[in-house]
Amino acid sequence: MDAKGKVFKYGNNVDTDVIIPARYLNSSDPGDLAAHCMEDIDPEFVRRAARGDIIVAERNFGCGSSREHAPMAIKAAGISCVIARTFARIFYRNAINIGLPILECDEAARIRQGDEVMVRFSSGEITNLTRGEVYQAQAYPEFMRRIIAAGGLVNQVREEMAHS
Amino acid sequence: MAMTMTQKILAVAAGLEEVKPGQLIEAELDLVLGNDITAPVAIKEFEKIGADKVFDRERVAIVLDHFTPNKDIKSAEHSKLCRDFAKRLGIKHFYDVGRMGVEHCLIPELGLAAPGDVIIGADSHTCTYGALGAFSTGTGSTDMACAMASGRAWFKVPAAVRFTLTGAPQRYVGGKDVILNIIGKIGVDGALYKSMEFAGPGVAALTMADRFTIANMAVEAGAKNGIFPVDERTLEYTRAHVSRERGFKVYEADSGAPYEGEHTIDLSLLRPTVAFPHLPENARVVDELDETVNIDQAVIGSCTNGRIEDLRIAAEILKGRQVAARTIILPGTQATWLEAVREGLAEVFVNAGAVFSTPTCGPCLGGYMGILAAGERAVSTTNRNFVGRMGHTESEVYLAGPAVAAASAVLGRIASPEELL
Repeated sequence: MDAKGKVFKYGNNVDTDVIIPARYLNSSDPGDLAAHCMEDIDPEFVRRAARGDIIVAERNFGCGSSREHAPMAIKAAGISCVIARTFARIFYRNAINIGLPILECDEAARIRQGDEVMVRFSSGEITNLTRGEVYQAQAYPEFMRRIIAAGGLVNQVREEMAHS
Repeated sequence: MAMTMTQKILAVAAGLEEVKPGQLIEAELDLVLGNDITAPVAIKEFEKIGADKVFDRERVAIVLDHFTPNKDIKSAEHSKLCRDFAKRLGIKHFYDVGRMGVEHCLIPELGLAAPGDVIIGADSHTCTYGALGAFSTGTGSTDMACAMASGRAWFKVPAAVRFTLTGAPQRYVGGKDVILNIIGKIGVDGALYKSMEFAGPGVAALTMADRFTIANMAVEAGAKNGIFPVDERTLEYTRAHVSRERGFKVYEADSGAPYEGEHTIDLSLLRPTVAFPHLPENARVVDELDETVNIDQAVIGSCTNGRIEDLRIAAEILKGRQVAARTIILPGTQATWLEAVREGLAEVFVNAGAVFSTPTCGPCLGGYMGILAAGERAVSTTNRNFVGRMGHTESEVYLAGPAVAAASAVLGRIASPEELL
């Protein structure tokens, strides 16, 4: 499983309130949420993002609220992967749980807005096609790969229940 | 191997002799919590799993507090979804309008959190119950869904940072000033993935309300949890609120437990503090500000500072004065609301020109009940001052404790309560 797309680049402490403002949390429909994804930090994001594109940020991405609506909005907006130097812990857990692939990589700070990037989840290898650079993130442990492949924890639990 | 307080609680909940930082464990849960924003997503996921009952009808709590009394049709649909689910599955601790309060004020008041508990909540401020010596952390809705079905959750055992508190705080310095100072020192990711363990002789000088406020904002430093040792004051609170048959267990950190960082904070040196936009780490001492920050609104309440002790401080300052900015006061729970009326605080607030509201999270997250227009500024006893948090992306939120918020409301600018002495 791989991801490939053009990069939307952000800085430190991108919080869940700018990823999906609370004024839209009266809905939990992924499509409704995607329509306002990143609205308070990048009003052009929804218009410009194409299916498969990648978000790259610096430290503490997803800090703040526990709202699962934040990774849901990003996933439903068609983003294939989020790469950051570090993630806030609840966002990290939520992203994996809903099957949005995310990678921690310090060198990812070198990626710039608009770069074309390819990610191999099995190895954690991130290739910057625009700059001809390769960065190494930690590969997912087996149980996380299974969750992502199933499309989230709930799907995986359901599949396991069906097989048991 | 010596363990921290958090590690000891997690080891027992996982049925293990010992655990070490980084270890993945599965722990039994004492309480699984959700609200009217996060529970609807969890309920849909719960149904996808194919579960038809919760692991324990007495260990799941759903509190409708964020957009209630419902602000619009969509939020009413969410509340209805929660209400129907709670009824159908016989959830004992379901709190609707009239009985609900801001969840992290309500849960301890109802005795649903106790020392030694392991609690997850689909709300980031679930870390509040660390004030009682519980391991308590925020998760998302999927974790809530799986935990409602199984009564268990997986955790990566956190490393810890220790904050040794000494001395006693000055008048008008409270838990909020303590935690804003700490976050100012270590930053919004200063305790990322870790436990913040509070210790030292200064703990005894902090009220339970102060401790709830401090533990509540551990997540604002990126922490997995914040936790206080259990002392006579905790036991007194627990005896007054917790009546369950299974009792509770008190843990303490082993001497020689490993800490990845150590900080000492002399509470007697702290001054009334405010965090400037747009991060809680932008902490500054109020009487050292070199600029005048005029405000349009003051908000006093929330899971951080919505307890009766907070309202008493605000009333002490507002008594016999008039507010110069729109002031919205939100008691955390119905019991707190009633107590504020009994003590005459509500009268003080209304006479000062403030609004005295039913409990709700409303304005804290820019939901309703106090949204800011472009260019407006609020001083608020809430926990986040991110871009657009209380309204327009060009509005600003300044975080402070109830003393600073009330003094600022009177003077129409960010001010120290000492200016009004």
